This record gives sequence, structure tokens and C-alpha cells, in this order.
Amino acid sequence: MPADPPSPTLTSRLSLSPQSRALGLQLVATEPDVILKIPYREDLVGEPDTGVIAGGVVTTLLDLACGWATALALDQPTSFATLDLRIDYMRPAQPGRDLLATAHCYKLTRSVAFLRAVAYDADPTDPVAAAQAAFMLDSNAGRGPGANLGPRHGQAEPDA
Amino acid sequence: MSAAQADLDGILARIPYARFLGVRMELHGDEMTGILPYAEHLIGNPTLPALHGGVIGAFMEMTALLQLSILESLMRQPRPVDVSFDYLRSGRPLDTYARALIKKVGRRIANVQVEAWQEARGAPIAIMHGHFLLSPKEG
Repeated sequence: MPADPPSPTLTSRLSLSPQSRALGLQLVATEPDVILKIPYREDLVGEPDTGVIAGGVVTTLLDLACGWATALALDQPTSFATLDLRIDYMRPAQPGRDLLATAHCYKLTRSVAFLRAVAYDADPTDPVAAAQAAFMLDSNAGRGPGANLGPRHGQAEPDA
Repeated sequence: MSAAQADLDGILARIPYARFLGVRMELHGDEMTGILPYAEHLIGNPTLPALHGGVIGAFMEMTALLQLSILESLMRQPRPVDVSFDYLRSGRPLDTYARALIKKVGRRIANVQVEAWQEARGAPIAIMHGHFLLSPKEG
């Protein structure tokens, strides 16, 4: 467990993403690895008979954790996007328990970040799911935000 | 509305997370299309803006689950064993569609592929393949 709680500057980033806000995402720690939490909520249940949280919530949390690990591994803020994400579901999350995830960037190249992440509900050594992901760095390749979104959004900038 | 469509609507209505996402499923004959209507809370990157990759993944996973539920008579909802997503394009702030292809159904495991697209089916924004457990372990 970290000695210091995450800084308010980092915590404030959580509110930037509407999906993170909708899930009630919390930043638990950033050192040595990022830990994120989604508190248990009835409206995130995927199996109504058992109260088990939906696999999709686990998917989103693992993607978020990998994104945070990528951002924290970079020296300078750079845009990035998920290239691929593979998830193994080991067991259903315990109904009523908050869902946590931790991610680690184990290799950073000029264009790709390689990540591993686990989701758990009590003990990180007894994971609910594990993920391996690759994130493309500087995915806009100097063409401005959302270059692949086409001219309709009018955000493309001249090549730098 | 067909009885099969009514069954599908019934299954979806009972899943709280399906309502959280706003997912719908439409049946035309034996072909099912998942529909994720655009909503602001699905955005992950507000600067672009782009749909959250996890949301696109969750939507494809749900499409696979529902496709299995209507084609196979199951004791309970299938559970994902592993899934793998490739992200091909940013998800624009538009309605997203998905279709699942069941490649194999074994006694306990099904192999499913899903494609998600927005304006053009030929330009998918993400693809998924995964394995799903169809029945509880015996013994």
C-alpha cells in the first residue's frame, strides 16, 4: 500500500471521462502500480439471478487501468489508444464487493506500451480476471486529435 | 413482434448492466444485430470525442452472450472464459452495431467472433473473439 494518497491533480482526471464518472471510478493508488476501484452497484450487475457484476464492467475497468498505467509510465503527456486487449476471466466477482484493478506497464517502446493487469475483489493474488494489452502511443501521429475521425469534426490539424 | 424478439427483449430487460449501457438487440430471421445507441455517458475520451474502448468491448461481449442465448437452449446465461479485442478505429459519438458469429458450439464451450461497426459494416471499429462456458462444471 502506498504511503501517500494519489495527488488531487491526478484524482481530478477521473472526472474528465464521462464513462469513468458513470461507473463511479475511484483512484486508489498510483505507486508502485496504479489501482482503480469501481464500487459495487446494482445497476452494473450482469447476472440478475446471482448479482454478479457484468463481465463488461470488468473489461472496462481493466482497459481503464491499462490506460492509467500507460499515462503514468510516460514522461510527457502523449495521446494513446488501445490496440488490443485480451482478458481471461478466472471466476465471477463476489456479489456485493467492490471491484479493483491494478495494471503495470512492463515495456514501453517509441510507439507501443505493453501492459498486464488484474482485476480482483479482495485479494490481488486471487484475481477475478487478468488482462494483457498493447496501447498505441501518439496514436494521432502528429495529425492532431481524432485525425481518423474524418474532416466532419474539423479537428484535424496540419502535420507538425 | 416475433416471440423470439419478445424473449430477447425479456432477457435484456432483466440485465441491469444492459440497461446501464442502453443496449438493444434486433432479430431478423435468425440474424441478430446488437445496437448501442449513442449516449454521452459512453464517452471515454471527451476531447476527440470517442466512445470508451471498454464500452465497445462490453457491447461486443453482450452481443456474443445474447447470440448464444437465442441459438442454444441453455440452463443459465453463458459466462465468458476469455475474450480478445482488436481496436481498429476510434468509436465516434454515433450509434454502434454488432453482429456475432458462432464458430463452434461444443458440449461446454462455444467459440464466438463479433464485429462492431458504425457507419459502414465494411469498416469495423473493433473485432472480438472469445470462448464462453455454456454449462456449469460437472464433478
